Amino acid sequence: MKRIATLTLLAGLLSLPLWMSSLYVLHILIMTGIFIIAAMSLNLLLGFTGQLSLGHVAFFGIGAYTSSLVSLGFEVHLLPDWQVGLEAKPVWLGMLLGILLAALCGWVIGRVSFKVRGAYFVIVTVSFAEVVRLVALNWVELTQGPMALNNIPVLRLGLPGWFEFAFLRKPANYYLVLLVGVVAYLLIRRLVHSRAGRAMIALRENEALAASVGIDVTRYLVLATFVSAGIAGAAGALYAHYVRIVDPEVFSFIYTVTMVIMVVTGGKGTLAGPIVGGLIFGLLPETLRTFSIQPEIQWVIYGVLMILIVYFLPEGIVPALRRWWQGRRERQGVPPSAAVKSEASP
Amino acid sequence: MSAPTAPELSVDRLTIRFGGLTAVDGASFEVRRGEVLSLIGPNGAGKTSAFNAITGFIAPAAGSVSYRGTRLTGLRSNQIAELGVVRTFQKTSVFAGLSVLDNVRVGLHLVSKQEPLAILLGAASVAREELALTTRARSILQFIGLEARADQLASALPYGELRLLEVAIALAAKPRLLLLDEPVCGLNPAETANFMALLTRIRALDVTVLLVEHDMKMVMGVSDRIICLNQGRIIADGTPEAIRSNAEVVRAYLGTPRVAGG
Repeated sequence: MKRIATLTLLAGLLSLPLWMSSLYVLHILIMTGIFIIAAMSLNLLLGFTGQLSLGHVAFFGIGAYTSSLVSLGFEVHLLPDWQVGLEAKPVWLGMLLGILLAALCGWVIGRVSFKVRGAYFVIVTVSFAEVVRLVALNWVELTQGPMALNNIPVLRLGLPGWFEFAFLRKPANYYLVLLVGVVAYLLIRRLVHSRAGRAMIALRENEALAASVGIDVTRYLVLATFVSAGIAGAAGALYAHYVRIVDPEVFSFIYTVTMVIMVVTGGKGTLAGPIVGGLIFGLLPETLRTFSIQPEIQWVIYGVLMILIVYFLPEGIVPALRRWWQGRRERQGVPPSAAVKSEASP
Repeated sequence: MSAPTAPELSVDRLTIRFGGLTAVDGASFEVRRGEVLSLIGPNGAGKTSAFNAITGFIAPAAGSVSYRGTRLTGLRSNQIAELGVVRTFQKTSVFAGLSVLDNVRVGLHLVSKQEPLAILLGAASVAREELALTTRARSILQFIGLEARADQLASALPYGELRLLEVAIALAAKPRLLLLDEPVCGLNPAETANFMALLTRIRALDVTVLLVEHDMKMVMGVSDRIICLNQGRIIADGTPEAIRSNAEVVRAYLGTPRVAGG
């Protein structure tokens, strides 16, 4: 049953550009997809280790800037007579380095936070994001500051001399985002359903008990921030080479908030949660716009819907649906042990 | 089983202070391999503090603890568990949001060998081990007597079964020395009797047990040796018979005859 649903969804997503000719709709789907990837990465931390990274956009922005700068090349004067430069490199290399640098920053944050939990973890991540934003804004020689990095090249893949494919048009970018999204989903799923994922959930549920059975809690928090930041960096790199302009606005707090909304309404600690929440809150503003509703009213609807979901489905949409489905099966006489297995547990 | 007199855990002049309060004051004792040793004493005597210091949850002000010759003082709790010293908690402590089976699977962390890279690459060995871990978790639940509850949420268990689940989680971590902090506190007599039978079966697995407990029927029934603490000091050390007739223990528990009545 679940497998059929997954295959239908994948077939629908794969065939979408074939029957959806509206470039506008494809653009919205690409942007939503990029945010869903970022939300999935946030969910690994918030949903499974229970630690809220309220500066998560920093990793997204680091991925975007690193990938852009490597593919554009740069030259900076670190000291009056010492300059460091980099020739423009292929975009795929930039993307890889963007992912790597974001992941390394995540590793550092995880290491620094070895003893901080809850509110203190939030403060560490928020501060980190603000510092990175200020660097992007003020290190004009490297980042162009508020003038933004322009003319960022698109991703080109191929064999030199044989063929080359540029991810210039929307359908190509759509498939690229879909591919990265599926890979990110699979990585997170593997992690969650393993010894490492159980250790992360144990940190969320009861840290003292986790330590008492031999779990090196910090080690798994660091692993979670590393992987999570890397995936957020991948989302940022996709963003940079699709939108092709990056300015310090990518570090805006509102983007982190959007990711948190997607994760919390969809259902934190479930694999499908960020996707469901991301689709709703990624597509909603654009859907409302097509009904030519006043922008103010749009945001009121957005806010009211969010409050309703949080109020009536405090655990999120996916856990609520799952419980409803389980209850229906039990009423039909299926023994509880055969009920759908919870994803929240490893 | 080797000679039951070999020292398994030695606590050497352990002192624990909280601000101006000395919770444990230079206590020294040994746990011998294969025995069940009980720590008793009135509330506030320092039993749980001693547990916390042995398992690395608090740092002692002075003194040291060593296990089979390895110094535990200064190690982190998870490193101490790796050496085979595993505890339960006085206040009921499980992973409430997980199923009973998953609680035990978390406990199997030290048995499991998966490395992050193999997990992310989806190695076949990881999937194989997951199956083996599930089988093992089920057999631990069977041993404890919770196999019928495997798929239920831990938070849905009645109190008596929660206390059993705590022991199941601890057993999953393959303890050689198991520290139980008031495991039958709040249980009814039938459940307590059931727990005593379980303890006998745990002993048969070659697990040494250090027990903190107030239920004297249980303590007298299962212990090979009893140590009585009062106000952070050891006031008696001996067999259940010796402790029962020790005047100082009676005084610590009941007070002097003039104020007796507790």
